Amino acid sequence: MSDATAVKVREIRALIARHKRWDVIFGIIGVLSLMIGVLTFVALFLDMVIDGAPRLTWDFFTNFPSRKPNQAGILSAWVGTTMVMIVTICAAVPLGVGAGVYLEEYAPRNWMTDLIEINVTNLAGVPSIVYGLLALGLFIYEFGLGQSVLTAGLTLALLILPVIIVATREAIRSIPAAIREGSYALGATKWQTAAHHIIPYSLPGILTGVIIGLARAIGETAPIITVGALTFIAFLPPAPVQAEPPFVSFEWLMSGFTVMPIQMFNWTSRPEAAFQLNAAAAGVVLLVMTLSMNALAIYIRYRLRKNIKW
Amino acid sequence: MVGTPIPEIASVAAAATSPVPAKKSESKRLSFYYGSFNALKNISMPIYEKKVTALIGPSGCGKSTYLRCFNRMHDLYPGNRYEGQIMLYPDNTNLLNPDVDPIEVRMRISMVFQKPNPFPKSIYENVAYGLRVRGERKRALLDDKVEEALRGAALWEEVKDRLNDLAFNLSGGQQQRLCIARALATNPEFLLFDEPTSALDPIATANIEQLLADLKEKVTILIVTHNMQQAARVSDYTAYMYLGELIEFNETDTIFIKPGHKQTEDYITGRFG
Repeated sequence: MSDATAVKVREIRALIARHKRWDVIFGIIGVLSLMIGVLTFVALFLDMVIDGAPRLTWDFFTNFPSRKPNQAGILSAWVGTTMVMIVTICAAVPLGVGAGVYLEEYAPRNWMTDLIEINVTNLAGVPSIVYGLLALGLFIYEFGLGQSVLTAGLTLALLILPVIIVATREAIRSIPAAIREGSYALGATKWQTAAHHIIPYSLPGILTGVIIGLARAIGETAPIITVGALTFIAFLPPAPVQAEPPFVSFEWLMSGFTVMPIQMFNWTSRPEAAFQLNAAAAGVVLLVMTLSMNALAIYIRYRLRKNIKW
Repeated sequence: MVGTPIPEIASVAAAATSPVPAKKSESKRLSFYYGSFNALKNISMPIYEKKVTALIGPSGCGKSTYLRCFNRMHDLYPGNRYEGQIMLYPDNTNLLNPDVDPIEVRMRISMVFQKPNPFPKSIYENVAYGLRVRGERKRALLDDKVEEALRGAALWEEVKDRLNDLAFNLSGGQQQRLCIARALATNPEFLLFDEPTSALDPIATANIEQLLADLKEKVTILIVTHNMQQAARVSDYTAYMYLGELIEFNETDTIFIKPGHKQTEDYITGRFG
């Protein structure tokens, strides 16, 4: 190697070393930023687990709330949450998927559609209390549905509708044009294309949106308080399945109810310290419910996407 | 435009050296617009029955746009506009007539795309899809049609033992033959190919070209290709397009041996394009 080349190589190396310093600096900043988020969550979660762990017994899940903190449980809360979520799914999924498919596949491209699109996107940003007020006026006073599981489920369905619509549209857009054209080229109608191709292939994305929406809905408190959830409830809604004909009952839809976040809120506002532990334990349960829903979303997406690669 | 008498294209008839076969289709003064962009300008050209007609020309000349007019694919997107006619014989239907449902057109004219686009379904379901769209439910009939179509696309021997496998597990060349089988399963009168070998290796390309030669016994073929050798190998008639205009249409031999236009000659000899 000649001297001139050696000098040149040394210069290049010095240059690279100088530039790489920024890699290191940004790397450190990045890790610190990340840690703030992660550690905050871990600290909160651990704090809750440490407080609540002693209360997480079988009885805690099977007892109604009580004036005695060590006998109080979350039975009515988790049953209520489950029932409200079932109503939410049944209402929000068909409406959200239907609206998403319509906007992507059917809607003409004009200013009306644009206006609707902007509206849908903005709905996702509306504060949840506003949905609560809407539901109070519409479902309770106008439709007379009462302070029931049905009202709460429909309210939360409205809340997560935009999330599902947006997720559906994103999923549909990720289907290559060649696949849609392949279907149309064989003489399929819009509906055949949607039913046989568009919806099945976008299912992983739709499901992800649904579960993200539900994970948000399950923790909502404000709109549920607005529509009048009970804070102290020592009975369960009537069972949906019965021993006598007609075997299925929908009375539970009109029943009073409470949900997990409200039970927590109730306990945190009690003066006795022991109730704070109950609140922490309920918080752990709620968080585990949310996290397992997210895990389910990831798993379903992984399973369904295995067969679909564009 | 609809209904006005169109003069016969004299040069086409005169230049043909062998007896002219029956027309399967014909575009008459066809113009096409993407919004305000005029992508096809006044194209009049016959498509002869049970012959292969190739469309050649540099990128952006409108050959794919022209092809996609035949199954009204442009109707799927807003802002597209046709002018003129595409007649389909023997029934004298104007495919571009707004009263003609594009779905009816697509049920008669099948298409194979540039990149293999099998559905993420089984091999069987891919081929059977066109029949399912037509409401066919009888399993035995579907089985027969699927086998016939796969044989027609020279794929049967390779996939007969794994019809329920996912179509994505096939190689690129096999996928394209699957798409041809899918297009054949509904017995189309007319097949459109949009650069069907551009994403394939030479061996897969040779298979598809052999297939085209077999297929034209039964069906009329219109094929877009960016490869002039391919056009020379597979087609009976060739159209050279440039900037949305039809420069020259003639028998393939004539186009390649003594083209009528300087521009065509420059393109096929590789001096341009």
